[in-house]
Amino acid sequence: MSHCEDGTVSTALSTRPPEDDRRPGELSFRELLRWVWRQVTSMRTALILLLLLALAAIPGSIIPQTGVDSLKTSNWQSDHPKLTPVYERLGLFSVYDSAWFSAIYILLMISLVGCIVPRTFHYWRGMRAKPPAAPRNLSRLPDHATYGTTEAPEVVLERATTLLKRRRYRLSVGDGDAVSAERGYLREVGNLVFHLSVLVVLVGFGLGSMFGYKGGVILLVGDGYGFSNNLTQYDEFKPGSLFRADDMEPFSFKIDDFDIDWLTTGRRAGMARGFESHLSYKQSPDAAEQKYNLRVNHPLSIGNTDVFLIGHGYAPTITIKDADGNVVGGGPTPFLPTSQSFQSIGVVKAPDAQPTQIGLEGEFYPTVAFSDETGSYYSLLGKPYDPMISMLVYTGDLGMNDGSSQSVYALDKSKTTMLTKKDGTPYRLDLRPGETAKLPNGLGSVTFEDVPGAEAGVDRWNKIQISQTPGKWIALTGVVMALIGLLGSLFIRPRRVWVRARREGDGTLVEVAALDRSGGGDVSVVVDELVASLQGPQSDKQQQREDES
Amino acid sequence: MTDAAWESLSNQAVAAAGLLYFLALLAHLVEWASLRKVPLGTGAAARASIDIPGGVAVATGPGSDEAEGRARRTALFGRLGYLVTCIAVAVHALSLFARGMAADPNRVPWGNMYEFTLTGTFVVAFLYVVLYRKFRLAWMAPIVLAFVLTVLMVAVIWLYAPVAPLTEALSSYWLVIHVVSAIIATGAFTLGGITSALYLVKARGLAKNGPQQTGYVARLPQPEVLDRVAYRLHAFGFPVWTFAVLITGPIWAHQAWSSYWNWDPKEVWAFITWLVYAAYLHARTTAGWKGRNAAILALVGVATLWFNFIGINYFSTTSQHSYAGGAKQIQIVPESHPLNRDF
Repeated sequence: MSHCEDGTVSTALSTRPPEDDRRPGELSFRELLRWVWRQVTSMRTALILLLLLALAAIPGSIIPQTGVDSLKTSNWQSDHPKLTPVYERLGLFSVYDSAWFSAIYILLMISLVGCIVPRTFHYWRGMRAKPPAAPRNLSRLPDHATYGTTEAPEVVLERATTLLKRRRYRLSVGDGDAVSAERGYLREVGNLVFHLSVLVVLVGFGLGSMFGYKGGVILLVGDGYGFSNNLTQYDEFKPGSLFRADDMEPFSFKIDDFDIDWLTTGRRAGMARGFESHLSYKQSPDAAEQKYNLRVNHPLSIGNTDVFLIGHGYAPTITIKDADGNVVGGGPTPFLPTSQSFQSIGVVKAPDAQPTQIGLEGEFYPTVAFSDETGSYYSLLGKPYDPMISMLVYTGDLGMNDGSSQSVYALDKSKTTMLTKKDGTPYRLDLRPGETAKLPNGLGSVTFEDVPGAEAGVDRWNKIQISQTPGKWIALTGVVMALIGLLGSLFIRPRRVWVRARREGDGTLVEVAALDRSGGGDVSVVVDELVASLQGPQSDKQQQREDES
Repeated sequence: MTDAAWESLSNQAVAAAGLLYFLALLAHLVEWASLRKVPLGTGAAARASIDIPGGVAVATGPGSDEAEGRARRTALFGRLGYLVTCIAVAVHALSLFARGMAADPNRVPWGNMYEFTLTGTFVVAFLYVVLYRKFRLAWMAPIVLAFVLTVLMVAVIWLYAPVAPLTEALSSYWLVIHVVSAIIATGAFTLGGITSALYLVKARGLAKNGPQQTGYVARLPQPEVLDRVAYRLHAFGFPVWTFAVLITGPIWAHQAWSSYWNWDPKEVWAFITWLVYAAYLHARTTAGWKGRNAAILALVGVATLWFNFIGINYFSTTSQHSYAGGAKQIQIVPESHPLNRDF
């Protein structure tokens, strides 16, 4: 990986500027700045910042985060009233946007830039440099070998040159008795690419979290319902900090049909797979209508926006008539599934009912069954073989008149009374499609409509997630580049090799030495292999040839 | 064969593999126990015997029949242990294959924690067997086998789940690539962590007692060699981990969840592991950090890795997203990482 200021790898040849002799305490402002810069960009600081970032990421994985799961966070907050203000102060509910988390990674990035820039200059010089001349005493290097031969030094050096060239070394034949060779220049390129790419990823990620958005909507299946991409249509919406509603693309779609494949045999019988929403969509209001089969893991991309299928459920059509016989509430109501067999909960509100407001709250069972054990209904299967709703009736003030927004999936029961039978047990509406029940006291009636054309008379809904993530391609490119750079910086092994041959007595003494510059290589193998090749069959042949001539 | 037959074959193969790992561990323990009293040879001969691929250093004093017999017995147990490990790895592979065949439709055996652990231990054992010769890993045998055996037991006892088809969101080839690379990196990091731990033991032994003549530590390779082997394992694991958690993971997350990075606890910890190993690689080249501190970082790294796999589930429960007053809502796409599991 990168070696900044004090990253002395096993290079005996690193050059350090000589320390100027200055008295202690004598730092001018410029020198102070330089000192600070050196500290920040030193490898040690980078290391500590890396570990600090790792440490700082931990709280966000244990304390619920607003940005990840706001409901869980607010539940946690109401459970811990004493800790909450302290945590809030420290930004522990949004660790990854907090000032201190940002401070660490920004410092790390500065450290990184401070590392890269000087490195680049250094690298450009190193790129063109010739391999350094052979050290005087090669046998002082940890990996070296010596052998004697009868060949002339020139012959040995000539062969060494050819051998090293074939192994893609850069060569310099210096002062006559030695060959210097170096390889693995690309390691530093890899290193640089890796570190630059980290910056690219950060830019891409930042773009996404600032300008992007993510939202969800529950949309009924059928021709009569549709979605057009503007803020008011979303059930939930999480914008980035710099998101502008103008950036939303003007597409629209509707769900023509929804297919599902219920498993009827095997261990997961009752589970479903093969969800498929048949969408008709328009890129813009004037564009031609297009079709797409939306499936899990196969989002629809419209421009820069992606549309995902992430959930589904039932929407029974329940009609409420009040005492005067007027229809005051109804239509298909999405019920939210709470079990794998699609037992679902839901609420129907009739604020305009006379003489009193009516609210229904209860459950929907796609295939109803009765449990003697618990004394209540449950859903046997997710597929609607025998659908039924079981609802409790509330009358009184539903709390909808004060103008505050209210969830459509919850009933404010604080100012209502539950209807009961004469014996005091709750009055329960158990209805199958097509059935109507009269409410007691002449309050009106409730009908579970049998919707023609819908499977078992019950409508369906899909939960659609929509997101725009600008910069995702930048981030992906960055990560892929980082990986390529990383591979280069880890697996290209730069090393220097020297071969010296000089006359000694009758014959020639050949010295071979190698120096690993990657900090993880074993160059003794390189030396052994090179010595073997220098002495190898080739040299025997050559020797023979010389003998013959 | 029926799915049920495949499933019971898989379970039997896991049991058989566990038994074989245990036998291999016993063989290696006998090997090391009988080596305890044998002093480390000196000079070139000893070095050469260390260098026999896969072999454990055995001092053979000429003329000493007893020592020779003991040496032969020791070498026999060493070879036996390795051979049994190889068979165990093959049986382990069979159990994974059968697990995949038992599902309908057939699939890769990485659907839940049990299957992931089964595969993870397989990769650790497989890498050990494959790298045994290249890196001369004989000294690692007892520790790898003990680790694999323990984790396999944990998987069978606590994590076991019957075969079931993958949920829709999990059938994506990106997920297959993601899981394969995550498992391979986990295997490499685990072996690297073991090597780094032994490096610390060896370095401490040398610093405290000087070069020893007998015992397990004395027969460990020199600290430089251990450091280099650990580095190579980590240098292999790190890019694979990068690929797994920073490329394929986000791609799959984007396809299924609609955003590529969600700060899910599993993601956060995968990122923490990545940071720690990045720090390890930097530390190895930094004065004052190389050696001991780098090895400690490698151990921290492997701790975060396994904590992410099992531990984090205790701290952060699966969060089911919900619209209304606290009611859990079922979705076809999991709200959090598929390996987040309630215990």
